Amino acid sequence: MEVSATTLGGGRSSLERSPLSRLPDWFLQFGLAGLAAAVLILLGAFFVVLIAQSSSALSHVGVLSFLFHNNWDISQLSQGGACQVGSHCTFGAWPMLLGTLLTAGIALVIGVPVAVGTALFLTELCPRRARGPLSILVDLLAAVPSVVYGLWGFLVLAPKLRGFQQFLADKLSFLPFWEGTVAGPSYFLAGLILAIMILPIVSAISREVIATVPAEHKEAALGLGATRWEMIRMAVIPYARPGIAGGAMLGLGRAVGETIAVAYVIGGSTTLGHSIFQQGQSLAGVIALQFGEAESTPLYKSSLLASGLILFVLTLVVNLIARRYVVSAGRTGPRRGAGRTGGGAALPGISELEPRAT
Amino acid sequence: MATEVRSEITLAPVSAGRRRKDRLMRGLLGAATLLALVPLALILYYLLKQGLGTISGNLFSTDPNLSQCFPHVPGAPPPPPCDIGGIRSAVLGTLEIVGLASLVAIPAGIGVALYLTEYGKASPFANLVRYFVDVMTGVPSIVFGLFIYIVLVVSHVGGDAVGWKGALSLALLMLPIVVRSAEVVLSLVPASLREAALALGAPRWRVIARVVLPTARSGLITGSLLAIARGAGETAPLLFTIGAAHVLTGNLGQPMNSLPSQIFADLGQNTSNFYDRAWGAALTLVAMILILNLVARFAARRSRLA
Repeated sequence: MEVSATTLGGGRSSLERSPLSRLPDWFLQFGLAGLAAAVLILLGAFFVVLIAQSSSALSHVGVLSFLFHNNWDISQLSQGGACQVGSHCTFGAWPMLLGTLLTAGIALVIGVPVAVGTALFLTELCPRRARGPLSILVDLLAAVPSVVYGLWGFLVLAPKLRGFQQFLADKLSFLPFWEGTVAGPSYFLAGLILAIMILPIVSAISREVIATVPAEHKEAALGLGATRWEMIRMAVIPYARPGIAGGAMLGLGRAVGETIAVAYVIGGSTTLGHSIFQQGQSLAGVIALQFGEAESTPLYKSSLLASGLILFVLTLVVNLIARRYVVSAGRTGPRRGAGRTGGGAALPGISELEPRAT
Repeated sequence: MATEVRSEITLAPVSAGRRRKDRLMRGLLGAATLLALVPLALILYYLLKQGLGTISGNLFSTDPNLSQCFPHVPGAPPPPPCDIGGIRSAVLGTLEIVGLASLVAIPAGIGVALYLTEYGKASPFANLVRYFVDVMTGVPSIVFGLFIYIVLVVSHVGGDAVGWKGALSLALLMLPIVVRSAEVVLSLVPASLREAALALGAPRWRVIARVVLPTARSGLITGSLLAIARGAGETAPLLFTIGAAHVLTGNLGQPMNSLPSQIFADLGQNTSNFYDRAWGAALTLVAMILILNLVARFAARRSRLA
């Protein structure tokens, strides 16, 4: 798009700029391109560095064994323990891997219905005047730092909900992994906190997707005599379903990567609990809580970094799947041309909510 | 949107069962919204209830002091309450670390966004960058901390774990947020403005500096403020990168303290006066972040675009 010479037959036109005055343009273009390339290099470096540092733990026990072996013996791993670089022993991060998946699963089961219900209410039923303030309030949940969720969950929710958890454990004990005495902090409590934390992102993406449902579809349903709920069920939900699924997957990615809040309300026990009301640990939590003592023991540190690698890969996979869903639902993100049509309803609002994983 | 349907055609009357179900489901959706607001109300309530009492001049004018209260012998009767100090160094640390992180992340993020909207557009390379910026938003923040730990802390570049390394890990976390919000805003700048400037003979860099950036200014400010608010609340990337000192220092080349790290550490002590200080620090942190958020929303409302 550079202003080009108006003469066709070569030679310099009076409009052409001197090479010297084009210099700033070159600098800017290649400087900015270099900056963009740096993002790619950074992410590549993440991978390489993490793999390099976790390789000593992964090669010690083997990748599969590290993933699925139910044994994280701190006394063996820590300084002076039997498990050191020279010796042979087995250990694995299975308790934490399962803890991460379990708490994230609980978060989805509790959080997604509430988030989608909120989104449907705010877009389809809520009086117009209350819509803005209510949306802002729901979005504000995303502004609360995760350490504050941890503080609140640990000091307030854990003691207050103990009775409620025991009640659930007693009444529904026919379910698998559902029995036993209740510890204050537990998988269930961590899942509950995560449900609250993923609520704003899932609800915001659902809201945005629901806003793209063509008015004609809704009017057609109403015109055929459908009630409000029937209109939502038959016109809105089928159209928005892929986008809502993508939002839920993004929420899952958030829940998997959450660190500080989970570290305090999951209990911190690295042996696998046999019920969801018992204490456990998650991948991110174990890194946060044990890194300090592991620093001086190479194998221990390397196995925590390997947990970080698993976490990284896990969130990558979840986010890539999520993105496929959300893109197919017409929300292509900030892309030129596509931005204003269809999915562009609340793009700036989304980008502020999107990256939350602590 | 059609809210009512008036027509001459007579429709079959809605049966009582369907009407009941409609009312029930509407009620359930409304209840879900109320339920979603309960945690926010509870968190704010407890923050104010537990935190307001601890807010005092002492909290902001003294540093955390652990030496007087330790060692605490397990099994021994609880020690008499001792002065554990305030959160002065944590507040200063948060301001400095987040400030440096913003200085790195915001210009870099807006730069990448400018590349994407002004030069890269829909080229394969630009799409690749977009894709990986998206991927980067999903990376757990503790992984950023591990990365900086491996690359900068283990290698002892300029000390062990010090303030600026923590700031860099926060910058990594804020970068994709800035890029995404900035790209949205920049792509809203009308192409006709750019073309008008180019047609007048302005070189590209002048168009960017004098037309594109000023038009998008308030939107860029909004996105940056939200990124700062996100960075200010993060704990996980700072755990192994800032050194968690308690003494007051303005020097980013030394181990520093920060509000989230202070709350995290206080929660690990099993004593009520530490918990009290954690509530005070949490209230301070949330107040800072909420103010940033509100300012950002206000700036967004006054935006010339969108």
